[in-house]
Amino acid sequence: MFLLVLLLPACWAVEVRRPRGVSLTNHHFYDESKPFTCLDGSVTIPFDQVNDDYCDCKDGSDEPGTAACPNGSFHCTNTGYKPLYISSRWVNDGVCDCCDGTDEYNSGVVCENTCREKGRKERETLQQMAEVTREGFRLKKILIEDWKKAREEKQQQLTELQTRKKSLEDQVEVLRTAKEEAEKPEKEAKEQHQKLWEEQQAASKAQREQELAASAFQELDDNLDGVVSAVELQTHPELDTDGDGVLSEGEAQTLLGGDSQMDPTSFHDRVWAAIRDKYRSEVLPTTPPAPSVPDLTEPKEEQPPEPSQPTEEEEEEEEGEGETEEEEEEEEEDFQVQGEQPKEAPPPLAPPQPASPTEDKMPPYDEQTQALIDAAQEARNKFEEAERSLRDMEEAIRNLEQEISFDFGPSGEFAYLYKQCYELTTNEYVYRLCPFKHVSQQPKLGGGSPTNLGTWGSWAGPEHDKFSSMKYEQGTGCWQGPNRSTTVRLLCGKETMVTSTTEPSRCEYLMELMTPAACQEPPPEPPADGDHDEL
Amino acid sequence: MAASFPASTHTGPTSPGAGCSSSCSERLMSWTGLVLACLGVCLGLTLAVDRSNFKTCEESSFCKRQRNIQPGLSPYRALLDSLQLGPDALTVHLINEVTKVLLVLELQGLQKNMTRIRIDELEPRRPRYRVPDVLVADPPTARLSVSGRDDNSVELTVAEGPYKIILTARPFRLDLLEDRSLLLSVNARGLLGFEHQRAPRVSFSDKVSLTLGSIWDKIKNIFSRQESKDPAEGDGAQPEETPGDGDKASVRGAWLEHGWLGGWSGKAHRKPELRLAVREGTAKTGGKERAVCDGQGLLSASQPEETPGKTERDEPGAWEETFKTHSDSKPYGPTSVGLDFSLPGMEHVYGIPEHADSLRLKVTEGGEPYRLYNLDVFQYELYNPMALYGSVPVLLAHSPHRDLGIFWLNAAETWVDISSNTAGKTLFGKMLDYLQGSGETPQTDVRWMSESGIIDVFLLLGPSVSDVFRQYASLTGTQALPPLFSLGYHQSRWNYRDEADVLAVNQGFDDYNLPCDVIWLDIEHADGKRYFTWDPSRFPQPLTMLEKLASKKRKLVAIVDPHIKVDSGYRVHEELQSQGLYVKTRDGSDYEGWCWPGAAGYPDFTNPRMRAWWANMFNFDDYKGSAPNLYVWNDMNEPSVFNGPEVTMLKDAQHYGGWEHRDVHNIYGFYVHMATADGLVQRSGGVERPFVLSRAFFAGSQRYGAVWTGDNTADWDHLKISIPMCLSLGLVGLSFCGADVGGFFKNPEPELLVRWYQMGAYQPFFRAHAHLDTGRREPWLLPSQYHDMIRDALGQRYALLPFWYTLFYQAHREGFPVMRPLWVHYPQDVSTFSIDDQFLLGDSLLVHPVSDAGAHGVQVYLPGQGEVWYDVQSYQKHHGPQTLYLPVTLSSIPVFQRGGTIVPRWMRVRRASDCMKDDPITLFVALSPQGTAEGELFLDDGHTFNYQTRHEFLLRRFSFSGNALVSSSADPKGHFETPVWIERVVIMGAGKPAAVVLQTKGSPESRLSFQHDPETSVLIVRKPGVNVASDWSIHLR
Repeated sequence: MFLLVLLLPACWAVEVRRPRGVSLTNHHFYDESKPFTCLDGSVTIPFDQVNDDYCDCKDGSDEPGTAACPNGSFHCTNTGYKPLYISSRWVNDGVCDCCDGTDEYNSGVVCENTCREKGRKERETLQQMAEVTREGFRLKKILIEDWKKAREEKQQQLTELQTRKKSLEDQVEVLRTAKEEAEKPEKEAKEQHQKLWEEQQAASKAQREQELAASAFQELDDNLDGVVSAVELQTHPELDTDGDGVLSEGEAQTLLGGDSQMDPTSFHDRVWAAIRDKYRSEVLPTTPPAPSVPDLTEPKEEQPPEPSQPTEEEEEEEEGEGETEEEEEEEEEDFQVQGEQPKEAPPPLAPPQPASPTEDKMPPYDEQTQALIDAAQEARNKFEEAERSLRDMEEAIRNLEQEISFDFGPSGEFAYLYKQCYELTTNEYVYRLCPFKHVSQQPKLGGGSPTNLGTWGSWAGPEHDKFSSMKYEQGTGCWQGPNRSTTVRLLCGKETMVTSTTEPSRCEYLMELMTPAACQEPPPEPPADGDHDEL
Repeated sequence: MAASFPASTHTGPTSPGAGCSSSCSERLMSWTGLVLACLGVCLGLTLAVDRSNFKTCEESSFCKRQRNIQPGLSPYRALLDSLQLGPDALTVHLINEVTKVLLVLELQGLQKNMTRIRIDELEPRRPRYRVPDVLVADPPTARLSVSGRDDNSVELTVAEGPYKIILTARPFRLDLLEDRSLLLSVNARGLLGFEHQRAPRVSFSDKVSLTLGSIWDKIKNIFSRQESKDPAEGDGAQPEETPGDGDKASVRGAWLEHGWLGGWSGKAHRKPELRLAVREGTAKTGGKERAVCDGQGLLSASQPEETPGKTERDEPGAWEETFKTHSDSKPYGPTSVGLDFSLPGMEHVYGIPEHADSLRLKVTEGGEPYRLYNLDVFQYELYNPMALYGSVPVLLAHSPHRDLGIFWLNAAETWVDISSNTAGKTLFGKMLDYLQGSGETPQTDVRWMSESGIIDVFLLLGPSVSDVFRQYASLTGTQALPPLFSLGYHQSRWNYRDEADVLAVNQGFDDYNLPCDVIWLDIEHADGKRYFTWDPSRFPQPLTMLEKLASKKRKLVAIVDPHIKVDSGYRVHEELQSQGLYVKTRDGSDYEGWCWPGAAGYPDFTNPRMRAWWANMFNFDDYKGSAPNLYVWNDMNEPSVFNGPEVTMLKDAQHYGGWEHRDVHNIYGFYVHMATADGLVQRSGGVERPFVLSRAFFAGSQRYGAVWTGDNTADWDHLKISIPMCLSLGLVGLSFCGADVGGFFKNPEPELLVRWYQMGAYQPFFRAHAHLDTGRREPWLLPSQYHDMIRDALGQRYALLPFWYTLFYQAHREGFPVMRPLWVHYPQDVSTFSIDDQFLLGDSLLVHPVSDAGAHGVQVYLPGQGEVWYDVQSYQKHHGPQTLYLPVTLSSIPVFQRGGTIVPRWMRVRRASDCMKDDPITLFVALSPQGTAEGELFLDDGHTFNYQTRHEFLLRRFSFSGNALVSSSADPKGHFETPVWIERVVIMGAGKPAAVVLQTKGSPESRLSFQHDPETSVLIVRKPGVNVASDWSIHLR
C-alpha cells in the first residue's frame, strides 16, 4: 500500500484521456479509433457502445462507467486519496462512494470531493499507525529481550532451584532423623512424668477416701464413743439393702459385717466401700442426678440447614449437586458434634460438683523433661519448616517449568502478559482478562459473582498469523446454549489495554487487547525528503 | 354431527409441551420469571405450544353451549306479520318459540351482488356491540321487493341482482337462489342460537366468590346427581338450575328460566317426541338427515344416562367462567350468537385466517372448530385449528362453477365449524355415487359461533372469485399501497445491540454486495421497554444513526408495542393515566397486566381520542430520535398479556363506550395498527405513505399495512406452512404478508436458511428475523458457499420490484391478492383446489419454492389447458397442464412465467430499492401459443400519496400481438415524469425476425439490434431506449 501511495503522484502529472470508470492501467484497452473487444474476448462491438448504458459484454467490460452491467466495476481515481474500484451497482445510485464523487455523475446527487480531506486524515492515521507500530515494535523488541533475560533467569532459577531442591531434600531427611531422635527421649520423659502423676493421683484419691470414711464415721458416731453401732447406722435409711426403705437392725449388722459396732479403722477397711455410694452426708446436700445426655438428634433438626455454597461451575450441575450433598452430610456430622457439647458444659443451675480428681491439673514437667520436650519441638519445627520449603520449592519449580515451556509467541513477546490482568468497564459490566488464564464478566452494579467467559484454550489466529488472537473456552454454560467462550483479538498498540468487548453471537464474546507484542515490524522509514502532499 | 356430542369426554389434546409452564408456575412466583423460565424450558425441551394454556371449544362455555345445539328443528320462527320493507332494508321479527323472546332480522340487498343479514334482540336489556370502523362506508344498498308470498314464506327479489331470497317463516330459514339453483341457505340446519340478555339471577353463582368456582362446580354436581337419581320428580319446585323433566310445559319453562338452550340437546334426547321432530326437521334440509340420525343413534346408544347431568354442568359457564386461575365475571351473562350456512354444491372452503393449517379448510366434525381469537401463542404448532395472532372472519367457498364468500362481522371470540357430506368419502366412493347416480349433491355447512355482539353477516355471492374479492374489498377496503422500499428486503433480529451494531450490519450489506432496504430494532432498543424512547447507553445518537442509514438509502423500523410501562417517570404512561385512556378493569380502575416491561397499562385503542393521542406521538417532536426514515412495528397487539387468561386480556375489562373486552377483543390489534399508520401519515403532513407491520389483525387491517405470521420456528414444516398461511390471508384481503425468514425460534441450518431466503424472496413481505437466543445469521455469516445463493435470491427479489409494485397497485386498486392460490386462476381445474406448496404471483408467475431438506427435485404442477410456462432461469417452455419433475440444486428457485404475460424487471440490482427507482426497465414478454402477451407496469415516486392526490403515477399497459409489442397508457388520468426508460425487451417463444423496428410518436422509425437464440426461442431486443411514460411500439419483421 505504501508503495502504491508513493508511486501515484508522479503519474498524475499528465491527464490521460480514457472512458469513464477506466483505470489508468486499463486505458489502453479502450481505443476510440477501433471497435471494442470485451476484455474476455467474447464479443467485439462498435466503440460507441462502450459506456452507452447498455451491457453488451458478459464480463461487463464495455460499461466501465455506467451501472448497466451487473458484474462490472467502476474505477475512481480519487486524486488526493487512494484509487478504488467500486461495484457498477453503486454508479449513479444516489450514494457517493468515490471520494472524488465521480461515481455520481448522473443521479442528481452532488457529491463533494472529499479526497484531499480523506487523504489528509488517512495520512494522519497512517502516520499515527506507523508511529504506533514503530513504537510498539520497539517496545516489543524490549519485551522480547526482557523475556529472553527473564527466561534465562528463570531457567537459571530453575536449575538453581532444582539443585537446591536436592540439598533441601537431603536436609529434610537429616532433620527428620534429628526430629525422630529428639522425640525418643522426649517420649520417655513424658511417659515417666505421666506415670508419676498417675501414682500421685491414686495416692491422693485413697487419702480422700479415707477422709471421707473418717468424716462419715464421725457423723455416724452419734454418741461419740469412737465406734459406730448398728443403731447409729440405722439413722441412715438410704443404706437400706432390701429395698423396703428402712435399714433394719439386721441389715445394719450385715453391713457391719455381723458385728454390732465398729471402730474407725475397720469401718474404713470393711464397711465404707460397701456403703459409700449410697451414703448421704448429713451436711452436704444430696448429689443431684447426673445431667441427662441431651437428645442428639434434636438440635440437628431444629437447625436450619446451612445454605449450600453456590456452585461456581454451573455447567456441571449434576456434579455440583453431588458435591452439595456431600457437603450436607459433612455438615450433619458437624451438627452432631455440636450436639454433644452440652455434655461437657453442665447446666448453669447445677450445684458445684464435689471436687473431683480430674480437675486437678498435671503439674508442669520438671525442668529436665521440659528441656527434652523443647528440644524435640525445635527439631519438629525445623523439620516441618524444611518440608514446607521443599513443597514451596517444588511448586515454584512446576510454575517455572510451565512458564518457561509456555508458547508466548514466536519470540516470547507475549510472556509479559502472564500473571497480569486487564479490565474494561462498560455500562453494565466489568470485563476482566487475565491472559493465558481466563476471562470474566462481573455486573458493574449490585455486585454479583463473576461469570466465567472462558479459560485459556489456545492461540486462535489464522494459520499464517496464529498469534493474532486467543481463544478462551469452556466458560460458564449458557442457558440453553453453548458454554461461554471468548476470542481475544490482539491489536498493535503502545500500551497494553483491553479496548473493547462485544458479544457478536449469543455467548460468544469478542475482546480486543491492545499490546505492543502484536506490533509487526514496520516497513523501513520513508526517506525524510519524501513527498507527503499526496497519497 | 358427531362433532358435538354433549356427553363426549373431554378432548383436551395433550402435547409434549403440556405441563411445561405449570411446573414452572409452581416454582416461580414472579410472572416475568415465569415467562422467561418457561420460555427457556419450553424452548429447550419441547419446542411446542403448551396447549393447556388455550381453551378448547369444550372449555369455552359459549362454544360448548352453541355446539350443543344439534341440527334439527329451529325454535325460531319469522313473524311474517311484522315484515316491513323499507327502501334500504327489510325487517322482520323472529320469535324463539320456546322462550318467546323476539329478535329482529334486518335483511339488505347490497349492490355488487351481496346480501347483508343482521339479527339483534328486538328489545335488548343493553345494546349489543356492532363492530365499527371496519367497513369503509355504509355499503350501498340494492332495493328488495316482494315477488312472491305464501303462508309460510316470502320471496324477495333484489334489484340489480340476478338472485332471489326466500324467507321461510317456520322454522326460520333463508334461501338464496339464482335462477333455479340454490346458492346458499341460512339456518337450514336450525343452528341459529341467540342468547338474549337476561337479568342476573340471584343464584348460587352470584354469591359464591369468583375464586370459589370449583366449589360451585361441586354444588352443581351434587344437584345434578340428585336430579339424575330421581328425574321423574322434577317439577317447577326444583331450583332454577335443575329444570324439571316433566311435561312439555316444564321443558318450555326451562327455556324461559334459563333463557335459552339450557339443554336443547339434552331435552331432545330424552323426549322421544321432540327427537322425532328433529328428524322431521332435518329431513327437509336434504343431505343432512342421515348424518343427524346416525349421530343421535350413536349418542343414545352409547351414553343414554349421562346427558341430563351434562346439561347442568354447562350452566356455570353462562354467568361466570373460570379458566385455569382466571375468572371471567360475565356481568351481563350469556350473550353468544350462532348461525349456520349451507353451501350446496361446494366442497372446497378457504379463508378464516389465522391458522397454521393447510390452505383448504378441513372439516371439523369430531375435532375442534377453527377458532378466531387473537392470541400470542408461544411456539405454535402446525396443522391445527387453534387461534393465532389475528382473525379475519371471512370464508370463501369455491366450486368449478361458483364462488361465494361469507363475512361474519363480529369482533368477539368466534369459532367456526365446517362439515361436509362428502368429507369422509374416498374418491372411489364419490365416483361410485356418481356412476350410480345416487350421490347427494356435495355440500359444505359452515357454522359460526361468537361470544357476544350481534349477528352481522355479509353474503358475497360472486359469481366468480374475482367478484368475491371485489365485493369484499368494497366493504373493508383494499391493501394500502406500500411504499416501494417496504417491498425490498428487511433485516431484523431481536436485537441489534446498539448503534454500532446497526451500522456494522448496514455496512455488511455493502461489503458483501447484498441489497437491503430496512434494518429493524426489537424491544431492547427502547429505554427499559418504554416505547417511543431509546436506551441511552446503546442508542445515544439515534438521529445520527438514522442519518447514516439514510445516506445509504436505507430505513429503520423500530418496534412500538401497545403495552405501556407503568412508571411515573414515563411520559406516555403519565399522560395516558391522567387522561384516563387506559383500558379499565371491571371496577373502573386502570387495567394492569404483565408484559415485556413488567407491569403495563394497555391503551384503549377503541377510543378515538386514544388513537388520536397515539397518532400524535409519532410527530418528530414527540417521538424523540425519530426521523422520516424511521418506520414502525406493532407487536404484541392481540393484546398479549403474560399473566392474563390465554395470555391476553380479561374479557370483563372495560373499554370506551362501556363495552367489554369480550366485545372488542379481535379488533384491538386492528385499532393499534390503524392509529400507528395514521400517526406516520400525520407526521409527514399527510404526504408520505406509512409502513407499519402488525402481528394482530382483523378484517380491514389491509388498509394499514403489513402483517406477518408471528413467532415461527426454524424448521422445514414452518417454511412450508408460510405458503398456505399467506395465501389464506391474501384471499381475505391481507396481501402484504410474510413469515420470519429463517424462523424466529431455533437456529436454521444453512440449507434451511438458504431455502427460506428463496421462499421469502417470492412472498410479499420479505423479512429475516430471529429470536434473542439464536445465533447471529446475517447472510454473510454463513459459510461462503452459500453467499451467492442468498445474493441470487435477493437479486431476484429486487429485479422483480417493478412487478411486485405493480401487483400491489392492482391489489390496492381492485382488491385482488398479490399472492394467489392456483385455483383462483384455474377455477375449473379440480387438481389445483388443494395445492398449497406452490402459488401464483398475480396471474403471471408460478412459484414452487423448494421446501424439503436435501431436495434433488420438485414436482411442479403447471396448470392451464393449452397454456405454456417458461422457466424464468432457463427459458425452457413447458405445456400445461402437467406435473413437471424439475431437478433442483440448492441454488434453484423454481419459477415459471405464464405464456401470455409480460413482467417488468429492474436488472440493475443495487443496494436498496431507492437506488433503483430511476433505473431502466427490462420487459420479459412470455408469448402464449397464440403469440400474444399482456402486462402492466405501475410507477410513481414510490413513497407519497401524490399518486392519489395529484394523479402523479403511470399505469402502462404492454400488449403483444401480431408480432408487435405496444406500450400504451392503462390509465390516462395518471401523469408522472420519470427518467425510467426501456432498457431491453426479452421475448420468450419468438422466432427470429429479419428486423426489429421501434416506432414512437413524432419520430421516424428506427431499427433496433437484437439477438435471437434459436434453441430457446428467446429474442433479446437491444436498448429501445424510450421513456417508460411514452407510447411506443416495437415490430418484429
